[in-house]
Amino acid sequence: MRKMVKKPCGLHCIKVKDLGVSAGGQEVLRGINLHIHCGSLNVLIGKNGAGKSTLIRAILGDIPHTGKIEFKDREDGRIQRLRIGYVPQSLNVEKQTPVSVYDMIAAYQGNVPVFLRKSRSMKERIVESLRVFEAEHLLDQQVCSLSGGELQRVLLSMAIMDSPNLLLLDEPISGIDKNGMELFYRTIYELKETYDLAVILVSHDLDQVRRYADWVVLLDHTVLKQGSAKEVFQSEEFHAQFGI
Amino acid sequence: MGLSWMQYDFMRYAFAAVLVITPLFGLMGTMVVSRKMAFFSDALGHSALTGIAVGVVCGVRDTDVSMVIFAIVFALLLNRISSRIAASADTVISVFSSCSIAVGLAILSKDGNFSRYSGILVGDVLSITRREILYLVLIFVITLAFWLFGFNKMLAASLNRALAKSRNIPVAFLENAFAVLTALVVMVSIKWVGILIINALLILPAAASQNISENMREYHFFSILFSMFSGVTGLVLSYYVNVAAGPAIVILASAIYFATYLWGSR
Repeated sequence: MRKMVKKPCGLHCIKVKDLGVSAGGQEVLRGINLHIHCGSLNVLIGKNGAGKSTLIRAILGDIPHTGKIEFKDREDGRIQRLRIGYVPQSLNVEKQTPVSVYDMIAAYQGNVPVFLRKSRSMKERIVESLRVFEAEHLLDQQVCSLSGGELQRVLLSMAIMDSPNLLLLDEPISGIDKNGMELFYRTIYELKETYDLAVILVSHDLDQVRRYADWVVLLDHTVLKQGSAKEVFQSEEFHAQFGI
Repeated sequence: MGLSWMQYDFMRYAFAAVLVITPLFGLMGTMVVSRKMAFFSDALGHSALTGIAVGVVCGVRDTDVSMVIFAIVFALLLNRISSRIAASADTVISVFSSCSIAVGLAILSKDGNFSRYSGILVGDVLSITRREILYLVLIFVITLAFWLFGFNKMLAASLNRALAKSRNIPVAFLENAFAVLTALVVMVSIKWVGILIINALLILPAAASQNISENMREYHFFSILFSMFSGVTGLVLSYYVNVAAGPAIVILASAIYFATYLWGSR
């Protein structure tokens, strides 16, 4: 895991240029241009079906897209490979699925077969990462028995294990109460403050967005408006979309 | 109960076959159950009849070959179609499975000849030869290698496809490889286990293990243990009670399933 830095370096950024996605002959997204700075919390808002999750999946590379995604290191202008951390909204686990938190993280991160034995070095890496989110006691728990908030913390721990430059996540939708949501936003905020990484978050909670977002992108198949929370929330486009 | 059954060659071979098939099924079953592919493997088993029928129609001398090839094509096709069609996977599988069985039965029962092939429905582990045991060992080694190198990635893909893909895990390739491997395992063992119960042998030990396991190590350990225990005990029992070995094994595995279900829901 990357060591903590006092402040984001501000020297590199991620550029999304003219991104478009079509599915089943229909244009879901078109002409998306974003400029994401490291150490910033960028929030996607928009009505249901506006293409927020699609944009996340396109940046992730899960669905094909047109346009370019560039990662620039301003210090020497090099274009490096972008490391993306992704926090899915849910997992495909049912009651009784015999997958522990260790099993899950080690399956994504390591090569020592999880059905054979627990690797000590992997276990240490996982515990170190879980500790960041105060979740180290969950190591041997079954994933299916975790609460919504616990699962979110475990998934975040997994996402930051290989020091991503960009963290993509959907706001948790189930199993989290108002306090949990507040905790979630504070955690994300601290994360981007402490580690040198940019965050793109899909959100429905406009109050939290107002408090924590550095940059807000209002989406409806294309970018209607982007800027600081204040700028976006006071714009005509915002009122037209949300009627507030 | 002594070891008197060991004096017969056919029992010794059957015993050796069970010692290879049951851990193989115990291992394979864990992933089949986790990925909710019970119906898929069932359809694969039924496709054996169609494979033989295709072989008969094409005039292939060794219908085992056509059976294996057909099963592999069938598995890949099912995989592809269930990922493309919006209808739920079990519906798609059911449609293809029924269609394939009907075609197989129609061809094989032409001119009232079906009795020649009915043995494959129940299977007969006592007729296995040394050479055929070697085939089983070979497929066991291949499966083990796949598990050692691919299991983590398969598990990752089954937990969340998008997340696995974002970590450069070749999800589609692994899913196809697993489907082909399942087809091979089922086809190589179907003559000894029988179409009617092969899926039970694949699913029951893993399902029983899932009832009481909390992590992947326990899950695999108990699945293989239950599978081998019911296999060996079932075979010996079948000798003394004089019933077919396959059903005896499945009855024991079912008993273990119900016991673990009660234990797990305490």
